[in-house]
Amino acid sequence: MIWTSASEFWAMGGYGAYVWGSVGVSAALLALEVWLARVGRQQALDAVCEAMDADIEDAASDHSIHGEKAANGPSGVTP
Amino acid sequence: MKLFSYAAPQNFYPLAGRLWPWLALLATVLALAGLWVGFMVAPSDAQQGQAYRIIYIHVPVSWIAMVIYLAMAFWSVLGLVFNTRLSGLMTRALAPTGALLAFLSLWTGALWGKPMWGTYWVWDARLTSMLILLFLYLGYIALTSAIEDPRRSDRAGALVALVGAVNVPIIYFSVKWWNTLHQGASVSLTQSPRMASVMLTGMLLMSLAIWLYAVAIALWRVRSLMLVRESHAAWVQQLPEVQAHRALRGVA
Repeated sequence: MIWTSASEFWAMGGYGAYVWGSVGVSAALLALEVWLARVGRQQALDAVCEAMDADIEDAASDHSIHGEKAANGPSGVTP
Repeated sequence: MKLFSYAAPQNFYPLAGRLWPWLALLATVLALAGLWVGFMVAPSDAQQGQAYRIIYIHVPVSWIAMVIYLAMAFWSVLGLVFNTRLSGLMTRALAPTGALLAFLSLWTGALWGKPMWGTYWVWDARLTSMLILLFLYLGYIALTSAIEDPRRSDRAGALVALVGAVNVPIIYFSVKWWNTLHQGASVSLTQSPRMASVMLTGMLLMSLAIWLYAVAIALWRVRSLMLVRESHAAWVQQLPEVQAHRALRGVA
């Protein structure tokens, strides 16, 4: 260990603002990126669910064109 | 060839899912080790005092910002030549991290430049070519998100990634080719490094950590991109995580 006290560590020889400004912003933006990626995953899962609903509706309307009522309509399949 | 089977999203999706947690874990361990060496073990610099410690962030993010662009160019070549579905998705997944690291390179560089050069910014070759790299990333993201059709969007993005890759060697050699305010390379492939081995160790640990982080988050992101693009495919709709999410939505 090269530091004799915590205040010496935070002061960084008078360059604290520059050193911690670099470290802090880097850490904050990387954390933001991870958070955004997690949000993106939830949005992607939402998009798949919406696509599934659309597929079910398409299938149901195809059936009605051929004159048969879908036994399991959109509401019946959705849990 | 077995390698090519992974170019199919339904095969790559589970592989990426198995890989990313280990890469993220390794990146965290290496980052903690690198920060410990850089901020607790390495001595201060004879000329720059403690300000030099910005190097443990600045050099790793700058290197990996360049590596990611080359990786995007690599995937783009594969996409244009073999027309693989994975290529465009991987290129897209890498771009935000590349843009972030290029920005951090400029940010940490500015905070290092102020105490050492007396200025946050100067239009010299190294700094300007790095700024162009950031704009290339932003341009790629803007272009690919502006084009609706995924195939056309992928191809247009691949062209930007390929043409822009010319800038990477320009950044790397800029300190040799032009007379710049930026210092020359401290570490190069052809010469032994011009820095103390403990400082070099900290810098290499951090570089490895950032590299693994970039791969991990790109794999995470490519899985989301695959879900959206293949949202009508049976393999996506049958995934257990999709079923679980659907059940949750039904309850809400």
